[in-house]
Amino acid sequence: MNSLLSGQPDSISANQYLFLRAHRRHHHQVGFARFLLIVAFLSLWELAASRQWIDVFFFSSPSGIVTYLYQMLLDHSFFTHTGITLLETIASFLLVTLISLLTATLLWYVNSLAEVLEPYLVILNSLPKSALAPLLIVWLGTGTNTIIVAGISVAVFGSVINLYTGFGQADPEMLKLIYTLGGTRRDALFKVILPSSIPLILSNMKVNIGLSLVGVIIGEFLAARRGLGYLIIYGSQVFQLNMVITSIIILCAIAMAFYKLIQSLEHHYRKKN
Amino acid sequence: MQPILSLQDISYAYHNLKGETPALSDISFDVSQGEFLAIVGPSGCGKSTLLSIIAGLLSPEEGTVYYRGKCVADCGLNDTVKIGYMLQRDHLFEWRTIYQNVILGLELNHTLTPENRDYVLKLLRDYDLYAFKDKKPSELSGGMRQRAALIRTMAIHPDLLLLDEPFSALDSQTRLNVSADIAQIIRQTNKTAILITHDLSEAVTLADRVLVLSRRPACIKCEMPICFDIDRHDPMAIRNTAEYQLYFNHLWEVLTNEQSSLRST
Repeated sequence: MNSLLSGQPDSISANQYLFLRAHRRHHHQVGFARFLLIVAFLSLWELAASRQWIDVFFFSSPSGIVTYLYQMLLDHSFFTHTGITLLETIASFLLVTLISLLTATLLWYVNSLAEVLEPYLVILNSLPKSALAPLLIVWLGTGTNTIIVAGISVAVFGSVINLYTGFGQADPEMLKLIYTLGGTRRDALFKVILPSSIPLILSNMKVNIGLSLVGVIIGEFLAARRGLGYLIIYGSQVFQLNMVITSIIILCAIAMAFYKLIQSLEHHYRKKN
Repeated sequence: MQPILSLQDISYAYHNLKGETPALSDISFDVSQGEFLAIVGPSGCGKSTLLSIIAGLLSPEEGTVYYRGKCVADCGLNDTVKIGYMLQRDHLFEWRTIYQNVILGLELNHTLTPENRDYVLKLLRDYDLYAFKDKKPSELSGGMRQRAALIRTMAIHPDLLLLDEPFSALDSQTRLNVSADIAQIIRQTNKTAILITHDLSEAVTLADRVLVLSRRPACIKCEMPICFDIDRHDPMAIRNTAEYQLYFNHLWEVLTNEQSSLRST
């Protein structure tokens, strides 16, 4: 195929141009299908509510949610509740990342300590963390600290196990190289283990941000007077389903924003390397 | 002349809950300054274990390793000798550039002086890698990566080079060229080297002396000095000589006998 197709730049072949065009078309089709799905769902929901096929008292409606969200923005409760949940989630996430990195490093550094602690970590990780929340309230009272600790408790044990296991899977020949060049175990940690584990640390952060949010919401269910978790539990108790669903939608947006943030960090790292 | 390295009655066994696996038994040999020694033997006979003991990564259960007449166990490896170790794969770190990779040993030894930086840049120029110093390892070919691994080893000014099948991951043509290049560099710099290899051709072509190890627990089965009248740099020319055929056939016979005795037991 020698002649140029319409819109084909000189720098690429006709077949490459056709491939790129097909790829773009597929990409647009997927995006359009996603958009269509959500519009169809919301339209059907709104229609069902307006025709009274469903009871709006129990199922709410998209227009009711938008109205409630507008009210929240007007009386600033949106910023108060979303802000406190965001703050608690970020604090939990940062602490989980720091604690799990330090603990996994220590466990890698001191093998015998890892052998001793491994079963305890597995048990603590398997424990349903909502079972710990009442204990945390008794020990720490109600408030932000308890909720942050609840957020940490959900993510930290799995994160430590994941990082420690990843550190242990470093290529032994690379460690041997460090030792043959006169390096120490500390050098192996800083020159091989940590740099080679950056993709693992980033993917672990992606999991942690979601789990921290889960923990914070569990904490807010039980020990808060502010936050999206409090709104969800309070809304369900007083049958304000608009409040519950609006809070859940805000939570979805927060989770997606956090995920995208870590993903962009990951992209940045990959591009750099 | 005093040998740079001397092994006396070295024995080693691996231990686990299932029992003991003897790897080396009463191995003794000397290596002179500037000598290129190749060690061959059946797969899994303990060649790499022997190299790890020489490098000080493992301590022998019995016997002693001497560097320049000093017992390593008494005075510590790093105080006695500088070891350069090349592994089967280049193990260049992908998160570092080629330059950052080749100065790794200097960083670890806290000897990243301006003189050593200049020396590394000279090595990069000598081995045709200067233009690639800011590239990542994945941007280099297999042969170039192995040359970069050699520079990383040479940068620390080693007294003794330990080569643990460093060419085994390369394709046959690259392997032939890179092994000849690296052997030439080692000879030009008058370094002492011990090469572990499965490849008899490589051992005969590159080394001044070949040690054949028996099956596990390894002991020295045969020792053969290698001498050619022609320039060692051309691996194909060496392979076409009558001496090469004699050396190769003899080593082949020893190893085949060893393999047969292994099968019969």
